[in-house]
Amino acid sequence: MKLTPAHREKIAALLAYLNRWLAPDHLATLRPKLAFQTGILAGFSLIASVLLGVTNCTTQDSIQQRLDEDLKSSLAEVVPANLYDNDLLQDTVIIPSAKYNIGSAQTLVYKAKKAGEVTAVAFKFTAPDGYSGAIDMIIGIDRDGKILGVRVLSHKETPGLGDKIELAKSPWILSFNGFSLDNLSPEKWAVKKDGGQFDQFAGATITPRKSVQATQRSLQLFQDEKDTFLK
Amino acid sequence: MFLSENYRKIALEGIWNNNIVFSQNLALCPLLAVTGTATNGLGMGLATLVVITASNGLISLCRHLIPADCRIPIFVLLIATLVTLVDFLMNAWAHELYKVLGLFIALIVTNCALLGRAESFAYKQPVKESLWDGFMMGMGFLLVLVALGAAREISASGTLFANASVLLGESFKFLEVTIIDDYHGFLLMALPPGGFIMLAFIIVGKRLIDSALANRKVPVQTVVAVVEE
Repeated sequence: MKLTPAHREKIAALLAYLNRWLAPDHLATLRPKLAFQTGILAGFSLIASVLLGVTNCTTQDSIQQRLDEDLKSSLAEVVPANLYDNDLLQDTVIIPSAKYNIGSAQTLVYKAKKAGEVTAVAFKFTAPDGYSGAIDMIIGIDRDGKILGVRVLSHKETPGLGDKIELAKSPWILSFNGFSLDNLSPEKWAVKKDGGQFDQFAGATITPRKSVQATQRSLQLFQDEKDTFLK
Repeated sequence: MFLSENYRKIALEGIWNNNIVFSQNLALCPLLAVTGTATNGLGMGLATLVVITASNGLISLCRHLIPADCRIPIFVLLIATLVTLVDFLMNAWAHELYKVLGLFIALIVTNCALLGRAESFAYKQPVKESLWDGFMMGMGFLLVLVALGAAREISASGTLFANASVLLGESFKFLEVTIIDDYHGFLLMALPPGGFIMLAFIIVGKRLIDSALANRKVPVQTVVAVVEE
Protein backbone atom coordinates (compact mmCIF):
# COMPACT_ATOMS: atom_id res chain seq x y z
CA MET A 1 0.00 0.00 0.00
CA LYS A 2 1.31 3.41 -0.91
CA LEU A 3 0.87 6.34 1.42
CA THR A 4 -1.14 9.15 -0.11
CA PRO A 5 -0.56 12.73 1.09
CA ALA A 6 -3.91 12.52 2.91
CA HIS A 7 -2.67 9.52 4.91
CA ARG A 8 0.57 11.25 5.71
CA GLU A 9 -1.33 14.24 7.01
CA LYS A 10 -3.47 12.07 9.24
CA ILE A 11 -0.43 10.30 10.68
CA ALA A 12 1.33 13.62 11.26
CA ALA A 13 -1.76 14.98 13.03
CA LEU A 14 -1.98 11.88 15.18
CA LEU A 15 1.69 12.11 16.12
CA ALA A 16 1.33 15.78 16.94
CA TYR A 17 -1.67 15.01 19.13
CA LEU A 18 0.23 12.24 20.90
CA ASN A 19 3.16 14.59 21.38
CA ARG A 20 0.93 17.23 22.94
CA TRP A 21 -0.80 14.64 25.13
CA LEU A 22 2.49 13.19 26.37
CA ALA A 23 4.02 16.61 27.08
CA PRO A 24 4.99 16.83 30.79
CA ASP A 25 2.80 19.93 31.32
CA HIS A 26 -0.30 18.25 29.95
CA LEU A 27 0.33 15.05 31.93
CA ALA A 28 0.77 17.16 35.06
CA THR A 29 -2.81 18.39 34.70
CA LEU A 30 -4.06 14.81 34.17
CA ARG A 31 -2.24 13.16 37.06
CA PRO A 32 -4.50 14.35 39.93
CA LYS A 33 -7.61 13.01 38.16
CA LEU A 34 -9.00 9.77 39.54
CA ALA A 35 -10.03 8.51 36.10
CA PHE A 36 -6.50 9.02 34.80
CA GLN A 37 -5.00 7.21 37.79
CA THR A 38 -7.30 4.24 37.33
CA GLY A 39 -6.69 4.20 33.61
CA ILE A 40 -2.93 4.41 33.89
CA LEU A 41 -2.76 1.61 36.47
CA ALA A 42 -4.94 -0.54 34.23
CA GLY A 43 -2.83 0.43 31.23
CA PHE A 44 0.45 -0.53 32.87
CA SER A 45 -1.07 -3.82 34.06
CA LEU A 46 -2.35 -4.56 30.57
CA ILE A 47 1.01 -3.86 28.94
CA ALA A 48 2.79 -5.93 31.58
CA SER A 49 0.40 -8.88 31.11
CA VAL A 50 0.71 -8.76 27.32
CA LEU A 51 4.50 -8.58 27.49
CA LEU A 52 4.72 -11.45 29.95
CA GLY A 53 2.20 -13.52 28.04
CA VAL A 54 3.97 -13.06 24.72
CA THR A 55 7.39 -13.78 26.24
CA ASN A 56 6.06 -16.85 28.01
CA CYS A 57 4.58 -18.22 24.79
CA THR A 58 7.69 -17.55 22.72
CA THR A 59 10.13 -18.94 25.25
CA GLN A 60 8.29 -21.91 26.72
CA ASP A 61 9.23 -24.34 23.95
CA SER A 62 12.88 -23.58 24.19
CA ILE A 63 12.77 -23.58 28.00
CA GLN A 64 11.10 -27.01 27.88
CA GLN A 65 13.81 -28.17 25.49
CA ARG A 66 16.53 -26.98 27.88
CA LEU A 67 14.83 -28.72 30.80
CA ASP A 68 14.60 -31.93 28.77
CA GLU A 69 18.31 -31.68 28.00
CA ASP A 70 19.03 -31.24 31.71
CA LEU A 71 16.87 -34.25 32.54
CA LYS A 72 18.55 -36.33 29.84
CA SER A 73 21.97 -35.55 31.18
CA SER A 74 20.88 -36.52 34.71
CA LEU A 75 19.38 -39.74 33.35
CA ALA A 76 22.61 -40.47 31.48
CA GLU A 77 24.43 -40.27 34.82
CA VAL A 78 22.42 -43.13 36.32
CA VAL A 79 21.69 -45.31 33.29
CA PRO A 80 24.66 -46.20 31.06
CA ALA A 81 24.05 -45.36 27.41
CA ASN A 82 24.82 -48.92 26.20
CA LEU A 83 21.74 -50.25 28.02
CA TYR A 84 19.13 -48.61 25.81
CA ASP A 85 18.24 -47.58 22.28
CA ASN A 86 14.94 -45.77 22.99
CA ASP A 87 14.08 -42.23 24.06
CA LEU A 88 13.81 -42.41 27.85
CA LEU A 89 11.71 -39.26 28.05
CA GLN A 90 9.02 -40.79 25.82
CA ASP A 91 8.88 -44.23 27.44
CA THR A 92 7.42 -43.50 30.85
CA VAL A 93 4.95 -44.96 33.30
CA ILE A 94 3.39 -43.39 36.38
CA ILE A 95 3.43 -45.50 39.53
CA PRO A 96 1.62 -44.65 42.78
CA SER A 97 4.23 -44.26 45.51
CA ALA A 98 2.42 -42.53 48.36
CA LYS A 99 3.19 -45.18 51.00
CA TYR A 100 6.93 -45.21 50.28
CA ASN A 101 7.55 -41.67 51.59
CA ILE A 102 9.78 -40.69 48.68
CA GLY A 103 8.46 -37.21 48.16
CA SER A 104 5.46 -37.54 45.88
CA ALA A 105 2.30 -39.61 45.72
CA GLN A 106 3.08 -40.60 42.14
CA THR A 107 6.43 -41.34 40.62
CA LEU A 108 7.21 -40.87 36.94
CA VAL A 109 9.42 -43.75 35.83
CA TYR A 110 11.65 -43.59 32.75
CA LYS A 111 12.17 -46.97 31.08
CA ALA A 112 15.38 -47.86 29.30
CA LYS A 113 14.68 -50.44 26.59
CA LYS A 114 16.91 -52.36 24.25
CA ALA A 115 15.19 -54.08 21.32
CA GLY A 116 11.83 -53.51 23.04
CA GLU A 117 12.91 -55.22 26.27
CA VAL A 118 13.16 -53.16 29.49
CA THR A 119 16.80 -53.27 30.62
CA ALA A 120 16.72 -50.64 33.35
CA VAL A 121 14.50 -47.98 34.90
CA ALA A 122 15.23 -44.57 36.33
CA PHE A 123 13.16 -42.23 38.45
CA LYS A 124 13.48 -39.20 40.65
CA PHE A 125 12.83 -39.55 44.35
CA THR A 126 13.16 -37.40 47.42
CA ALA A 127 14.44 -37.87 50.91
CA PRO A 128 11.87 -35.54 52.55
CA ASP A 129 13.66 -35.52 55.90
CA GLY A 130 17.20 -34.30 55.21
CA TYR A 131 19.05 -32.25 57.80
CA SER A 132 17.75 -28.97 56.37
CA GLY A 133 14.94 -29.91 54.04
CA ALA A 134 14.27 -32.26 51.18
CA ILE A 135 17.07 -33.93 49.23
CA ASP A 136 16.08 -34.53 45.60
CA MET A 137 17.76 -37.51 43.99
CA ILE A 138 17.59 -39.69 40.90
CA ILE A 139 18.19 -43.43 40.78
CA GLY A 140 18.87 -45.93 38.01
CA ILE A 141 18.02 -49.60 38.67
CA ASP A 142 18.70 -52.57 36.36
CA ARG A 143 16.10 -55.27 35.79
CA ASP A 144 17.49 -57.44 38.58
CA GLY A 145 16.99 -54.67 41.11
CA LYS A 146 20.66 -53.66 41.34
CA ILE A 147 21.51 -49.98 41.61
CA LEU A 148 23.21 -48.61 38.50
CA GLY A 149 23.70 -45.20 39.99
CA VAL A 150 22.29 -42.62 42.37
CA ARG A 151 22.83 -38.85 42.07
CA VAL A 152 21.71 -35.86 44.09
CA LEU A 153 19.84 -33.29 41.98
CA SER A 154 19.32 -30.61 44.59
CA HIS A 155 19.59 -30.23 48.34
CA LYS A 156 19.99 -27.63 51.08
CA GLU A 157 22.38 -29.54 53.33
CA THR A 158 25.18 -27.79 55.20
CA PRO A 159 27.98 -26.62 52.91
CA GLY A 160 31.24 -28.34 53.77
CA LEU A 161 29.59 -31.14 55.77
CA GLY A 162 26.35 -32.56 54.38
CA ASP A 163 27.08 -31.55 50.80
CA LYS A 164 29.46 -34.50 50.42
CA ILE A 165 26.45 -36.35 49.02
CA GLU A 166 27.17 -34.45 45.78
CA LEU A 167 29.45 -36.27 43.39
CA ALA A 168 31.32 -33.00 42.78
CA LYS A 169 32.33 -32.91 46.46
CA SER A 170 32.91 -36.56 47.29
CA PRO A 171 32.64 -40.01 45.62
CA TRP A 172 30.42 -41.22 48.51
CA ILE A 173 27.27 -41.46 46.36
CA LEU A 174 29.01 -44.08 44.17
CA SER A 175 29.07 -46.50 47.11
CA PHE A 176 25.44 -47.42 46.30
CA ASN A 177 26.41 -48.91 42.93
CA GLY A 178 25.74 -52.62 42.54
CA PHE A 179 23.73 -53.05 45.74
CA SER A 180 20.17 -54.33 45.76
CA LEU A 181 17.65 -55.45 48.36
CA ASP A 182 18.72 -59.04 47.60
CA ASN A 183 22.46 -58.73 48.05
CA LEU A 184 22.36 -56.46 51.08
CA SER A 185 20.19 -57.37 54.07
CA PRO A 186 17.71 -54.76 55.36
CA GLU A 187 19.70 -53.96 58.52
CA LYS A 188 22.78 -53.27 56.38
CA TRP A 189 20.89 -50.50 54.51
CA ALA A 190 22.12 -47.93 57.01
CA VAL A 191 25.18 -45.84 57.80
CA LYS A 192 28.05 -47.52 59.66
CA LYS A 193 27.16 -45.70 62.88
CA ASP A 194 23.80 -47.52 62.81
CA GLY A 195 25.49 -50.83 62.03
CA GLY A 196 25.07 -50.61 58.27
CA GLN A 197 27.14 -50.72 55.13
CA PHE A 198 27.54 -47.04 54.21
CA ASP A 199 29.96 -44.41 55.49
CA GLN A 200 28.71 -41.36 57.31
CA PHE A 201 30.60 -38.06 57.13
CA ALA A 202 32.58 -36.54 59.97
CA GLY A 203 30.22 -34.01 61.52
CA ALA A 204 27.22 -35.00 59.41
CA THR A 205 25.35 -38.23 60.04
CA ILE A 206 21.77 -37.23 59.33
CA THR A 207 22.30 -36.33 55.68
CA PRO A 208 23.81 -39.70 54.60
CA ARG A 209 21.48 -41.64 56.93
CA LYS A 210 18.38 -40.14 55.35
CA SER A 211 19.82 -40.53 51.84
CA VAL A 212 20.46 -44.24 52.46
CA GLN A 213 16.98 -44.76 53.89
CA ALA A 214 15.27 -42.99 50.98
CA THR A 215 17.32 -45.01 48.49
CA GLN A 216 16.25 -48.20 50.24
CA ARG A 217 12.61 -47.12 50.10
CA SER A 218 12.81 -46.44 46.40
CA LEU A 219 14.33 -49.91 45.83
CA GLN A 220 11.40 -51.28 47.81
CA LEU A 221 9.04 -49.50 45.42
CA PHE A 222 10.82 -51.14 42.49
CA GLN A 223 10.65 -54.58 44.09
CA ASP A 224 6.95 -54.31 44.99
CA GLU A 225 5.90 -52.96 41.61
CA LYS A 226 8.43 -54.91 39.56
CA ASP A 227 5.85 -56.15 37.08
CA THR A 228 4.64 -52.65 36.23
CA PHE A 229 8.21 -51.38 36.01
CA LEU A 230 9.36 -54.09 33.61
CA LYS A 231 6.23 -54.33 31.47
CA MET B 1 37.64 14.77 33.60
CA PHE B 2 34.97 13.55 31.22
CA LEU B 3 32.18 13.36 33.81
CA SER B 4 30.35 16.49 34.78
CA GLU B 5 30.09 17.50 38.44
CA ASN B 6 26.57 16.07 38.73
CA TYR B 7 27.44 12.65 37.28
CA ARG B 8 30.52 12.42 39.46
CA LYS B 9 28.40 13.15 42.51
CA ILE B 10 25.89 10.43 41.54
CA ALA B 11 28.72 7.95 41.07
CA LEU B 12 30.27 8.75 44.45
CA GLU B 13 26.87 8.53 46.15
CA GLY B 14 26.18 5.11 44.63
CA ILE B 15 29.54 3.53 45.33
CA TRP B 16 30.38 5.02 48.70
CA ASN B 17 28.47 7.83 50.42
CA ASN B 18 24.95 6.51 49.94
CA ASN B 19 25.81 2.87 49.23
CA ILE B 20 22.75 0.59 49.22
CA VAL B 21 24.14 -1.62 51.97
CA PHE B 22 26.42 0.67 53.97
CA SER B 23 24.22 3.74 54.22
CA GLN B 24 20.70 2.76 53.20
CA ASN B 25 20.89 -0.65 54.91
CA LEU B 26 18.67 -2.07 52.18
CA ALA B 27 18.84 -5.37 50.29
CA LEU B 28 20.19 -7.27 53.29
CA CYS B 29 18.11 -10.38 52.53
CA PRO B 30 19.65 -11.19 49.13
CA LEU B 31 22.99 -9.91 50.43
CA LEU B 32 23.22 -12.37 53.30
CA ALA B 33 21.57 -15.19 51.40
CA VAL B 34 24.06 -15.47 48.56
CA THR B 35 27.40 -14.25 49.82
CA GLY B 36 28.68 -17.64 50.95
CA THR B 37 31.31 -17.39 48.23
CA ALA B 38 32.77 -14.52 46.22
CA THR B 39 31.54 -16.11 42.99
CA ASN B 40 27.93 -16.18 44.17
CA GLY B 41 28.27 -12.57 45.29
CA LEU B 42 29.56 -11.63 41.87
CA GLY B 43 26.69 -13.44 40.14
CA MET B 44 24.04 -11.78 42.27
CA GLY B 45 25.80 -8.42 41.87
CA LEU B 46 25.88 -8.62 38.07
CA ALA B 47 22.24 -9.69 37.85
CA THR B 48 21.15 -6.88 40.17
CA LEU B 49 23.29 -4.33 38.32
CA VAL B 50 21.51 -5.05 35.04
CA VAL B 51 18.02 -5.05 36.52
CA ILE B 52 18.42 -1.94 38.69
CA THR B 53 19.83 0.05 35.75
CA ALA B 54 16.96 -1.06 33.52
CA SER B 55 14.30 -0.42 36.15
CA ASN B 56 15.65 3.04 36.92
CA GLY B 57 15.67 3.92 33.22
CA LEU B 58 12.19 2.56 32.63
CA ILE B 59 10.64 4.33 35.61
CA SER B 60 12.33 7.60 34.74
CA LEU B 61 11.02 7.30 31.19
CA CYS B 62 7.45 6.84 32.44
CA ARG B 63 7.72 9.27 35.36
CA HIS B 64 5.37 11.91 33.90
CA LEU B 65 2.72 9.26 33.33
CA ILE B 66 2.80 7.96 36.90
CA PRO B 67 0.54 9.81 39.36
CA ALA B 68 2.06 10.24 42.82
CA ASP B 69 -0.98 8.63 44.45
CA CYS B 70 -0.54 5.26 42.82
CA ARG B 71 3.20 5.26 42.10
CA ILE B 72 4.16 2.38 44.42
CA PRO B 73 1.95 -0.29 42.77
CA ILE B 74 3.20 0.87 39.37
CA PHE B 75 6.84 0.67 40.48
CA VAL B 76 6.30 -2.81 41.86
CA LEU B 77 4.51 -3.87 38.69
CA LEU B 78 7.29 -2.55 36.45
CA ILE B 79 10.09 -4.09 38.50
CA ALA B 80 8.37 -7.46 38.80
CA THR B 81 7.63 -7.53 35.06
CA LEU B 82 11.22 -6.66 34.23
CA VAL B 83 12.63 -9.34 36.51
CA THR B 84 10.25 -11.97 35.16
CA LEU B 85 11.12 -11.07 31.57
CA VAL B 86 14.84 -11.37 32.30
CA ASP B 87 14.13 -14.69 34.00
CA PHE B 88 12.24 -16.10 30.97
CA LEU B 89 14.69 -14.85 28.38
CA MET B 90 17.75 -16.06 30.23
CA ASN B 91 16.22 -19.45 30.89
CA ALA B 92 15.50 -19.87 27.19
CA TRP B 93 18.61 -18.39 25.58
CA ALA B 94 21.37 -18.48 28.16
CA HIS B 95 20.47 -21.66 29.95
CA GLU B 96 23.95 -22.52 31.25
CA LEU B 97 24.25 -19.09 32.82
CA TYR B 98 20.69 -19.37 34.06
CA LYS B 99 21.49 -22.57 35.94
CA VAL B 100 24.05 -20.59 37.93
CA LEU B 101 22.30 -17.21 38.12
CA GLY B 102 18.67 -18.32 37.98
CA LEU B 103 18.36 -18.50 41.73
CA PHE B 104 19.56 -14.90 42.03
CA ILE B 105 17.28 -13.46 39.34
CA ALA B 106 14.13 -14.47 41.20
CA LEU B 107 15.59 -13.06 44.42
CA ILE B 108 15.96 -9.61 42.83
CA VAL B 109 12.19 -9.07 43.14
CA THR B 110 12.65 -9.09 46.90
CA ASN B 111 15.37 -6.45 46.64
CA CYS B 112 13.85 -3.33 48.13
CA ALA B 113 16.81 -1.29 46.91
CA LEU B 114 15.22 -1.21 43.44
CA LEU B 115 12.01 0.26 44.82
CA GLY B 116 14.10 2.64 46.91
CA ARG B 117 15.96 4.00 43.89
CA ALA B 118 12.75 4.25 41.87
CA GLU B 119 11.11 6.24 44.63
CA SER B 120 13.96 8.51 45.64
CA PHE B 121 15.75 9.05 42.33
CA ALA B 122 14.26 7.76 39.07
CA TYR B 123 10.81 9.21 39.75
CA LYS B 124 12.26 12.73 39.93
CA GLN B 125 15.20 12.72 37.52
CA PRO B 126 15.76 12.58 33.75
CA VAL B 127 16.43 9.25 32.05
CA LYS B 128 20.19 9.60 31.57
CA GLU B 129 20.83 10.53 35.19
CA SER B 130 18.57 7.71 36.36
CA LEU B 131 20.35 5.12 34.25
CA TRP B 132 23.67 6.33 35.61
CA ASP B 133 22.36 6.30 39.17
CA GLY B 134 21.03 2.75 38.74
CA PHE B 135 24.34 1.62 37.29
CA MET B 136 26.37 3.20 40.07
CA MET B 137 24.06 1.97 42.85
CA GLY B 138 24.35 -1.47 41.25
CA MET B 139 28.14 -1.18 41.18
CA GLY B 140 28.18 -0.19 44.84
CA PHE B 141 26.02 -3.21 45.67
CA LEU B 142 28.19 -5.49 43.54
CA LEU B 143 31.35 -4.35 45.29
CA VAL B 144 29.86 -5.02 48.73
CA LEU B 145 28.61 -8.44 47.62
CA VAL B 146 32.00 -9.44 46.27
CA ALA B 147 33.85 -8.05 49.30
CA LEU B 148 31.53 -9.82 51.74
CA GLY B 149 31.55 -13.03 49.68
CA ALA B 150 35.35 -12.99 49.49
CA ALA B 151 35.75 -12.34 53.22
CA ARG B 152 33.31 -15.13 54.13
CA GLU B 153 34.77 -17.57 51.62
CA ILE B 154 38.35 -17.03 52.75
CA SER B 155 37.47 -17.40 56.42
CA ALA B 156 35.10 -20.34 55.87
CA SER B 157 37.07 -22.50 53.46
CA GLY B 158 40.35 -20.75 52.63
CA THR B 159 39.57 -20.36 48.92
CA LEU B 160 38.65 -17.36 46.78
CA PHE B 161 36.34 -17.30 43.73
CA ALA B 162 35.84 -21.09 43.80
CA ASN B 163 33.81 -22.22 40.74
CA ALA B 164 34.21 -18.82 39.06
CA SER B 165 34.77 -20.63 35.75
CA VAL B 166 31.24 -22.07 35.95
CA LEU B 167 29.82 -18.55 36.10
CA LEU B 168 32.15 -16.64 33.80
CA GLY B 169 33.55 -19.32 31.48
CA GLU B 170 36.76 -21.33 31.40
CA SER B 171 38.95 -18.32 30.64
CA PHE B 172 38.30 -17.01 34.15
CA LYS B 173 39.74 -20.10 35.80
CA PHE B 174 42.73 -18.00 36.95
CA LEU B 175 40.44 -16.27 39.47
CA GLU B 176 40.08 -19.48 41.44
CA VAL B 177 42.79 -19.43 44.06
CA THR B 178 43.40 -21.19 47.34
CA ILE B 179 44.45 -18.55 49.83
CA ILE B 180 45.13 -20.80 52.81
CA ASP B 181 46.47 -24.27 52.04
CA ASP B 182 45.32 -27.18 54.15
CA TYR B 183 42.69 -25.04 55.89
CA HIS B 184 40.29 -26.99 58.04
CA GLY B 185 37.37 -24.68 57.50
CA PHE B 186 35.36 -22.43 59.76
CA LEU B 187 31.77 -23.43 59.10
CA LEU B 188 30.17 -20.52 60.97
CA MET B 189 31.27 -18.05 58.31
CA ALA B 190 29.53 -20.02 55.55
CA LEU B 191 26.25 -20.00 57.49
CA PRO B 192 23.90 -16.99 57.80
CA PRO B 193 25.22 -15.83 61.22
CA GLY B 194 28.68 -15.58 59.68
CA GLY B 195 27.20 -13.26 57.06
CA PHE B 196 25.88 -10.91 59.74
CA ILE B 197 29.16 -10.97 61.66
CA MET B 198 31.29 -10.28 58.60
CA LEU B 199 28.93 -7.56 57.38
CA ALA B 200 29.25 -5.85 60.75
CA PHE B 201 33.05 -5.88 60.44
CA ILE B 202 32.90 -4.46 56.93
CA ILE B 203 30.50 -1.67 57.97
CA VAL B 204 32.75 -0.81 60.93
CA GLY B 205 35.67 -0.60 58.49
CA LYS B 206 33.71 1.77 56.24
CA ARG B 207 32.76 3.99 59.17
CA LEU B 208 36.40 4.11 60.34
CA ILE B 209 37.55 5.20 56.89
CA ASP B 210 34.79 7.84 56.78
CA SER B 211 35.74 9.32 60.14
CA ALA B 212 39.44 9.27 59.21
CA LEU B 213 38.58 11.16 56.02
CA ALA B 214 36.43 13.66 57.93
CA ASN B 215 39.32 14.38 60.31
CA ARG B 216 41.62 15.46 57.52
CA LYS B 217 38.94 17.14 55.47
CA VAL B 218 40.98 20.22 54.56
CA PRO B 219 43.86 18.40 52.80
CA VAL B 220 41.37 16.20 50.90
CA GLN B 221 39.64 19.25 49.47
CA THR B 222 42.92 20.69 48.23
CA VAL B 223 43.65 17.43 46.43
CA VAL B 224 40.23 17.48 44.76
CA ALA B 225 40.78 21.07 43.66
CA VAL B 226 44.08 20.14 42.02
CA VAL B 227 42.51 17.24 40.16
CA GLU B 228 39.74 19.45 38.85
CA GLU B 229 42.17 21.89 37.31
